[in-house]
Amino acid sequence: MGVESKLGNFGVVTTTLEQVVNWSRTRAMWPMLFGLACCAIEMMAAQASDYDMSRFGMELMRASPRQSDLMIVAGRVSRKMAPVLRRLYDQMPDPKWVLAMGDCCSCGGIFNNYAIVPGVDEIVPVDVYVAGCPPRPEGLIHGILTLYEKVTGEKIDHWS
Amino acid sequence: MRKNPLELLRGLWTTFRSMLESPVTYQYPEIKRPVRERFRGRHELKRYENGLEKCIGCALCAAACPADAIFVEAAENTDEERYSPGERYASTYEINLLRCIFCGFCEDSCPTEAIVLEQNYEVSFTSRRQAIYTKDLLLVPVPTNGRQTPMKVPPGSFERAVPEMEDAK
Repeated sequence: MGVESKLGNFGVVTTTLEQVVNWSRTRAMWPMLFGLACCAIEMMAAQASDYDMSRFGMELMRASPRQSDLMIVAGRVSRKMAPVLRRLYDQMPDPKWVLAMGDCCSCGGIFNNYAIVPGVDEIVPVDVYVAGCPPRPEGLIHGILTLYEKVTGEKIDHWS
Repeated sequence: MRKNPLELLRGLWTTFRSMLESPVTYQYPEIKRPVRERFRGRHELKRYENGLEKCIGCALCAAACPADAIFVEAAENTDEERYSPGERYASTYEINLLRCIFCGFCEDSCPTEAIVLEQNYEVSFTSRRQAIYTKDLLLVPVPTNGRQTPMKVPPGSFERAVPEMEDAK
């Protein structure tokens, strides 16, 4: 934001500001669709009416990185896809978060070969890992709620 | 172009009708949709009714695992400190849940039915370190009339590692 570095520690003012900003960040966190494999199908199911991620402020999946706050990497990342993923991450505006959905992008999963990146955290900083192959839509939503807990706990001097 | 206002209303009726339908959304964190009976979620290590662990540390699950997610290290049982029936028990049992693909091969390969994939699907972590589930996280609590392991037992009472089981169906 920029303002907090100039504000410094104002006690009750900054903690309230902290709460308000963190609250607003968790209420409108637009994900960028990064469906790469079978996890993307579950991501679509989580967005559809049965589970409806709009209830958590994820109104729509943006195809453009410049309009998104959260990158949901769903699926295995190949070595050829890795520079693309990093580039899209760099194009996202701060503050930005990354959620690694499923085994393959969390740590390579069952793939142990030259073509698959062993975990997307080699390329981008990952905030939440969701286990499952693929995770249920509820599993993804649980991961998002875990991320929200993390975002709500963020301190003013750690804001980017 | 033909203009028929009735056609317009007929088309909008589809839109309007959906306002009268009840919502289909599962309100997930509050109301959980029941999973299927054979759904495979997070693992649990089971115990016998007397509190002894079913796992005998044979590491067949680790051998069967296609993702190499399981690590088992066995140690010797004694009658003073008995964890499981038979000669050995699992002193270390770790599952990397981020590697596990929940295929259930470990469950199939287990000779004592110790590891069971239960129905918990809420597995998300903020670091990779948290994803490694150790034995104390996987092991179920002691049953009501059982004792905590390690337990002291009379000599020669739990010689047989694999229990008598009915035939596979």
